[in-house]
Amino acid sequence: MRITCPICGERDRREFYYQGAAIALARPAPDAGEAAWDAYVHLRDNPAGVTRDLWQHESGCSAWIVVTRDTVTHEVLDSALAADIGMEAGA
Amino acid sequence: MRFSGLKILKEGLTGNRGWTPHWRDPDPKAEYDIIVIGGGGHGLSTAYYLARDHGLTNIAVLEKGYIGGGNVGRNTTIVRANYFLPGNSEFYSHSLKLWEGLEEDLNYNVMHSQRGLINLFHSDGQRDAFARRGNAMINQGDDAILLDRDGVRAHLPYLDFENARFPIYGGLYHPRGGTARHDAVAWGYARAADRRGVDLIQNCEVTGIDIENGKVTGVRTTRGAIRARKVGIVVAGRSGQVAAMAGMRLPIESHVLQAFVTEGLKPVIDHVVSFGMGHFYISQSDKGGLVFGGDLDFYASYAARGNLPMVEHVMEAGMTLMPMIGKAKVLRSWGGIMDMTPDGSPIIDKTDVAGLYLNCGWCYGGFKAVPGSGNCFAHLMATDRCHGAATGFRLDRFRTGRGLMDEEGTGSQHNLH
Repeated sequence: MRITCPICGERDRREFYYQGAAIALARPAPDAGEAAWDAYVHLRDNPAGVTRDLWQHESGCSAWIVVTRDTVTHEVLDSALAADIGMEAGA
Repeated sequence: MRFSGLKILKEGLTGNRGWTPHWRDPDPKAEYDIIVIGGGGHGLSTAYYLARDHGLTNIAVLEKGYIGGGNVGRNTTIVRANYFLPGNSEFYSHSLKLWEGLEEDLNYNVMHSQRGLINLFHSDGQRDAFARRGNAMINQGDDAILLDRDGVRAHLPYLDFENARFPIYGGLYHPRGGTARHDAVAWGYARAADRRGVDLIQNCEVTGIDIENGKVTGVRTTRGAIRARKVGIVVAGRSGQVAAMAGMRLPIESHVLQAFVTEGLKPVIDHVVSFGMGHFYISQSDKGGLVFGGDLDFYASYAARGNLPMVEHVMEAGMTLMPMIGKAKVLRSWGGIMDMTPDGSPIIDKTDVAGLYLNCGWCYGGFKAVPGSGNCFAHLMATDRCHGAATGFRLDRFRTGRGLMDEEGTGSQHNLH
C-alpha cells in the first residue's frame, strides 16, 4: 500500500503513522456529555469498503492527512491535508 | 457415530467405508429458541455449551460461509493462560481448564499439545515485568516458571543469545501452554453440537435483525426469515456490520494480522516461542511447518491479506532470533480480520436490545479463548447472568472508563493494540 501525501507525493506506507478513523478530527465540546465523548473516543462505523482515516506523514513532512481508502481492496482513493478539511468535516 | 480405538481399527481393516458425515446439513426451521450468528469457533462452542450445560437444543448456528472457513481456520493455533490483569486472568485460566478436558468431552482429537510456551525477555525491566506476570499466573492457579539465560538455553539451544541489540536475558516459561489443531477444534465442536440436536446452517448469511418494541424477534437471512427468542452475535471481524443491523455502533475497529507457514521440516522447534522485542512468535505444526507471525499491519482492513512491510519485519525478527530458520521456504502467508477493541480485551455482554447478546473484541487472541468464550457466552444467553469467569468483559467499560483491561499498558485507544 502506497499513500499519497498532498505535499510530498506518493510514498511507502512505512513513512506514515496511522491514527485511526477521521472521526478524530471531529472533537466534541468539553461539555458535550458522556455519550458524545464515548462515540468520539471508542465507537466506530468500521466500514468494509470506503473509509476515511487520519494518518501522519511521520517520516516525511509531518503533515496530518485524511486518506480515503477502501478497507477491502487496500486501494487508496484520495488524500487531503487535514488542515484544509477542518475540524467539523472530520466525521 | 462415536470415535474409539476399536472403531478406527475396524474401519482400517474394512476399507474405511463405515464413516459417516460428522454433522447434518439441515434446512433452517421457521423458529428457534436461540440463534447464534457466526459458525466460527466461538459460535460453535457457544451452541455446544448451551446444549451441554443448559439443556437447550432448539438452537441454530448460522454461518455465512462454511464451518471452519473463518478465523478459526486462519490463526496460529496457540493455547495459553498467561494473562496478567484481573478479569482476563481468571477467564483464560477457565478456558485452559476446558481445553484440558476438551478431547474427552467432545470425543474428538483436537491435537491439543501442551508443549510449553516461552516468552523471552531482553532487559532487566522486562525481567521484572515477566516476574510480576508469572506471579499473577501462579496466584490464578496456573503455572509459570521464570527462566534465566541458561534455563532458556536448556530448552531453546538454537536461539541467538548474543544478539547485540536484544540479548536474551531469560524467559517466562508456561508449561501448560501449547497449540491445538485449529480446524479440528471447529469440527469437534460442530460435531458435538450437532449430536446434541443443534442445527448448523451453512451458506446462510444474516442480512437483518428484527427488533420489535426493544426486543429481538428473529433474523433475516439469505435463506429466509427465522424467528428466535434470543440471538447472539459472534462474528469476530464482522461485528461492526452485524451490530449495525441492530442499530448499534461498537468500540471495534477491524484490522489485519498476518501469519506465515513454511514447508514441512523435521521436528526442530519443540515449544511455542515469542520474541517480544521483535514482535515475532513461532511454533512447529505436527505436520512439520513452522507457523509464525508478528504484529498487526496497523490500519483498518477487511482484505484478509496484509502488505509487504510487515512481511519483511516478521522475517527480520525471525532471522534475528533464530538464524537457523533462514533457509526454510515460506509456503503460504495470509491475513485474518481482527476485531480490535480500544483496550485490547474482549466483550461478552448483553446489549440494549432485549434478547440480543454480543460476543466480540477478541483482537488477535481469540483461538485460545474458544472454549471459555462459548462456555461463558452460553451461560449469559441461557441465564441472563454473567459467568463468574467473564465478569470483566463488559461493553460499558469504555463508556464509563471503569474496568478497562489494558494488558499492554499502552492506553485505551484504537490504534495502540
